[in-house]
This record gives sequence, structure tokens and C-alpha cells, in this order.
Amino acid sequence: MREVFADALLIAAKDLRIEARSRVLVNQVAPFALLVLVLFGFALDADQRTLRTFAPGLLWVAVLLASLLAVQRSTSLEHADGAHTGLRLSGMAPSSVFLGKAAAVFVQLAVLEVLLVVGIVVLYGSTVEDPLLLVVSGLAAGVSVAATGTLYGALASGLGVRETLLPILLLPVLAPVLIGATRAFDDALGAAAVDGWAWLGLLVVFGLVATVLGALAHGALIED
Amino acid sequence: MPGGDGPRGSVGDAVPRRQGRGEVSVHRYRDGVSVVELRGAVVLLGRFPALAGLDLSVDVGETVLLQGPNGAGKTTLLMLCAGLVRPADGEVRVLGHDLTVERREVRRRVALLRHGTGLYEDLTAAENIRFWARAAGLGESEATSRAASAVGLLGLDDRLLGRPVHALSAGQRRRTSLASLAVRRPDLWLLDEPHAGLDQVGRDAVDSLIRDAVSAGATVLVASHELERVRSLSPRVVTVAAGVVVRDSGRGGGTTRPACTPEAATGEAADA
Repeated sequence: MREVFADALLIAAKDLRIEARSRVLVNQVAPFALLVLVLFGFALDADQRTLRTFAPGLLWVAVLLASLLAVQRSTSLEHADGAHTGLRLSGMAPSSVFLGKAAAVFVQLAVLEVLLVVGIVVLYGSTVEDPLLLVVSGLAAGVSVAATGTLYGALASGLGVRETLLPILLLPVLAPVLIGATRAFDDALGAAAVDGWAWLGLLVVFGLVATVLGALAHGALIED
Repeated sequence: MPGGDGPRGSVGDAVPRRQGRGEVSVHRYRDGVSVVELRGAVVLLGRFPALAGLDLSVDVGETVLLQGPNGAGKTTLLMLCAGLVRPADGEVRVLGHDLTVERREVRRRVALLRHGTGLYEDLTAAENIRFWARAAGLGESEATSRAASAVGLLGLDDRLLGRPVHALSAGQRRRTSLASLAVRRPDLWLLDEPHAGLDQVGRDAVDSLIRDAVSAGATVLVASHELERVRSLSPRVVTVAAGVVVRDSGRGGGTTRPACTPEAATGEAADA
């Protein structure tokens, strides 16, 4: 088990180092997500009261759309020049590769969430009323999206159509995360009178199931 | 038995040797037992038989040149030996393991060079080599030591090692890729066109790598169209056509299984 986590750390560090060099998150994914927030503002006629009400849902739609880019990027790193073959021959457990890649996507999504929360505070005038709920539910939803995205990225990659099929496969599966994270953020941002902590439970369960399932299934998915 | 002597000990010694991945493995094969033993191996790519009942036996320390026309099955044969494709039929044993059930045991002990370099474009050459050493389960100091050795063998200088891979030429990438494989010190090298895209210095470095591996007791299978170059490294030439072996010169270089099919003739013509 210790070897599994050590290898996962190696993979995550590699992916994050590549991200730090290529700056895809900073130069492409984050601007895309912020642009989505701005466009929602235009679409809703810049009515700040309406925007504040819908801000949690708009934020999580932006996160999910941006996560597609992050997952595709994570998958393409291994397939661009055949590195995935090297990983299969390395003797690393497939679960290590899954956990490492999911962890790297999670870190990027966490950064993205922070940027988007700042974005809705600045653009929509939202206020944070329960910071703890905001942080914990953001982390739980981030784990859910990263684990599910990495799992489906491997699945779509195995089918040989990763760029086109991934959104169709992934977005419906993430619907419960979108609903749960939006309700939790409704509470944390004071946008609606709901029990955000109860919705957090859904996110935690989803995240755990996605992580365990992904770790167990990744080996079968990356085999030809 | 060629190549039986060297740092890894003779084949029959069953000498424990550190393999990476935190374990010590013991050579399970013995004198008279082949590193690669294929009998009637069939591999299907979709419904197409890329290997159609192929027989091949390779002993420890041998260097074998695989030749044949494009689409003959050479690359599929290398991928089968690496445990990357499943045999649909036949008996397939590599490094003493049955590939239908023990693929992971084989994978960690082979190095496969394909057309893709397996490198990460945004990491430097040095970072790539080091990553693959760590991915093989080597500790920090062992990874550093082996990386230095591989870098020296492939003639990679410090200036080149500090560059991101996307800034390297095709030949420099190829040598970096070989260095990232060499750090694993595999028991079986599977090389698909290793001289492709290399200048004279790079080609000489590849030849040195192969000689070094064989002198250390490893076994090498090379698929190449550069026959004269590889023949200087290997007295044994195996011709593959239409997914079967149609000619095997044998270990001494003399033909033991002459061409007897139209495919063999096609292979010879293509390679001429």
C-alpha cells in the first residue's frame, strides 16, 4: 500500500511539474472558466440579484466545463508520444497511476475553484456566509470531479475517441456532483435556504465511490 | 550459451538480482530454457491475424535481428514479448513466465522501444530519464547513479540534458528515450527500428548500448530494415512474413529453416 501511494505521488508530481511548465491551466483553462462566468453575466442581463441567486449553479457549470479541458489534457500527456506504454511496462500498479493523475487534476481544479469563487464575488457580488462549508464542499466536489474525470478519460482514451466522446460520457455522470455542489454552495453563499451540510454528504460518498472504483477499474481500462 | 558470463551471472546460476519496484527477483529460467519461447503464437488485431501461428525460441544473451516487409508482424511480435498484447492461441513464455497469466511479471523486466519516444515534451531530458528510473521502482540514489551511467552510454551531454524534450531534435529524443529505458537494466530488450532518425554518432551509441546489454547478460530482439548494420551485431537473422517465421538463420548464422513460401520471397525483396 505504501508503494501505491509513493508511485501515485511520483505521477502527481510529474503531472503538476508539466502543468507548471506548460501553464495550460493558467493560460487556457482558467481564462475559459472565467469567460463562461462573464458570458453568464451577459446572458442574465447583468442583474446582480439574479446573478447572486444563480451564482452557485453557474460556478459549478463553469467548473465542470473547465474540468473537461483539464481531464483531456491529463489524458493526452500520456498518449501524445506513447508514455502510457512506458507506464504499463514500469511495473507500477494501475491504481497508482489512477490516483496520481486524479490527484494532479484535483489540485488544478482546486486552484480553479478559488479563482471562480473570487470571480463570482467580484462579478456577481456574491458573499461568503459559511466559509467552512464552502471549502469542504469545494474539496469534496473537486475530488469527485477529478476521480470521475480521470476514470472516464481513461475509458474514452481506450475507445480511441477521447476528444469527442469524453463530454458525452462524463457530464451526465457528474450531474449528482453538480446538484450536490450547487446546493452546498447555495447554503455557503447564502443564495438559498437549504441544508448545505446534508448535500455535502452526497459529495463525500460520491467522491469515495469514484476514487475506489477508479483505482480498481483503471487497470482494465488502460489495457488494449 | 552465448552471453552467459557477465555481471548478471550465467543463466543457470539463479543469482538474485535487484530489479527495481523494491523487489529482488531470481532468474527462473535455466540452461536449455529460452528467454522467449513461442509455439504457434496467434495474435489478432481485430479480426486480422497479425501473428498466425508463429514459432520462435531465443536463448539468454542472444541478439536476434527480425526482418521482413512492412506489416509482416515484427512490431506485433515485439509487443507480444513485452506482454502488451494477448495471444489468442498458442504457447507464449517470456523470461520463464506464461504471458497469458503473468504479464505484469514480464513487463517490469523488459524494455520496449517503439516509434513513439515515451517522453514528456515539457520536461527536460534529464527529468524524463530520472522519472522513468523512479517509475521502475528505483530509489533516489540508485536512480541517479543509473541515469548517469545511461547518459554516458548514449552520449548525452549536460547542455542537451537540461533542455525540454520539445526543444530536442528527433535523434536527440531517440537517444533520450533509449537512456530512459537503459536505466531499468532490463533482461530483455525489444527494439523496433532503433537506428531510425539517428546520425552516425547516435547509431554508434545504439550499437554500444546493444553490445553493453548483451555483455551484461541481457537478450536483445531488434526489428530493423538496416540489415547490414544490425547484422554486425547479430549473427542470427529471423525473417518474418505474414505473421509467421519463414526463415531462421540459427545461432551460428547458417540457415536452418529456408524460405519456403511466397511471403518469404516478398520479405527478401522488400529488404533488399
